[in-house]
Amino acid sequence: MATETTGTASACVGPDGSAIGMPQLCADWMPNQIFWLLIALIAIYFVLSRIALPRIASVLAERQGTITNDLAAAEDLKQKAVEAEDAYNKALADARAQAQEIIAQNKAEMQAELDKAIAKADAEIAAKAAESEKAISEIRASAVQSVEAVAKDTAGAIVAAVGGQADDASVAAAVDAQMKG
Amino acid sequence: MATEAEGGGLVFHPMDQFIVKPLFGDGAVGMFTFTNVALWLLLAVACVIALMVLGTSKRATVPTRTQSIAELAYGFVYKMVEDVTGKDAVKYFPYIFTLFIFIAFSNFLALIPTSFSPTSHIAITAILGFGVFIAVTVLGFVKNGASFLGLFWVSSAPLALRPILAVIELISYFVRPVSHSIRLAGNIMAGHAVLKVFAGFAAITAVAPLSILGITAIYALEVLVAFIQAYVFTILTCVYLKDALHPSH
Repeated sequence: MATETTGTASACVGPDGSAIGMPQLCADWMPNQIFWLLIALIAIYFVLSRIALPRIASVLAERQGTITNDLAAAEDLKQKAVEAEDAYNKALADARAQAQEIIAQNKAEMQAELDKAIAKADAEIAAKAAESEKAISEIRASAVQSVEAVAKDTAGAIVAAVGGQADDASVAAAVDAQMKG
Repeated sequence: MATEAEGGGLVFHPMDQFIVKPLFGDGAVGMFTFTNVALWLLLAVACVIALMVLGTSKRATVPTRTQSIAELAYGFVYKMVEDVTGKDAVKYFPYIFTLFIFIAFSNFLALIPTSFSPTSHIAITAILGFGVFIAVTVLGFVKNGASFLGLFWVSSAPLALRPILAVIELISYFVRPVSHSIRLAGNIMAGHAVLKVFAGFAAITAVAPLSILGITAIYALEVLVAFIQAYVFTILTCVYLKDALHPSH
């Protein structure tokens, strides 16, 4: 298949300009290919190892650093936010407790005042009631006396009407005895 | 081009695209003649510089598109070296990256119509393959001394089998550079030749649509092959390097 031949370029190319066999196996061209390949590889290697690869490595490292820093900063801020929230909650709770305390205090004061007022009112009421009782008992006593007098008079009048004779003293004694009985 | 209809018959010249010719004058091809090979190799170098140096010149923390691709290529090969060969092989990363980026760009540039494909030439890939082979073998002996030969002495096999296995291992070791280079050249050459053959059929009107569909399909496949062959060459280099650094099985 391959035409391994001597010196000239035309050994691998036919008279019509087309390839004889596989151009890949044409030994005449190989030194040229190898020479330029080595040039290309060395050029690529030096450009990459001197410029491109260190640059990309530094860019990647820098980016990694930036990301790490940003993440740390975000974590920090989150921590701060949590702390702020805690402080807020604590302040709120404190305020609530204080309010409760004030309310309780006010309630107690009001209760005390109320109790005092009630006690005072009770005392006044009791005094008034005692006075009234006294007045009522006086009235009652005077009423009993009136009834006694009326009864004696009435009894005397009845005895007289019946035709008996009775002195006031015996009538009074009889009425008294009856009222007691 | 590769094919002309001559007197109703089809003439295929699928191999003409691989002919090396001088670009200035038409004398013999000497060692230093500026040929189409030289042109496309230097274009590959130019593309590498454009991507890896000019593309990253801004050193942006938030990368541009070109810088992104450069970083992607870097990360891809770096991770490959680290995963396959080990952390201690990272110092060989620039060499492996050079191989990868050179083969990838040569393959992709070869897909431009009427271009020349350097990686389809066994002379080129053999230099790459044998270069890796020699470098890895020398490195193996320098790093491990005579114990590098333990690579061929399978200590986990029964004692009676070991000499036979050693012969097999030895043969497979020396076949490595051959398969390494022929795999790449063969894939690229075959793909491009098939493209030319399909293109040749386009001269017949009745088959032309089919032929163009075929070219499109094969071209898509070749784009895939261009990357995969660069990847395969690189990962095999990493595997061979691993054997040199850690020869124990």
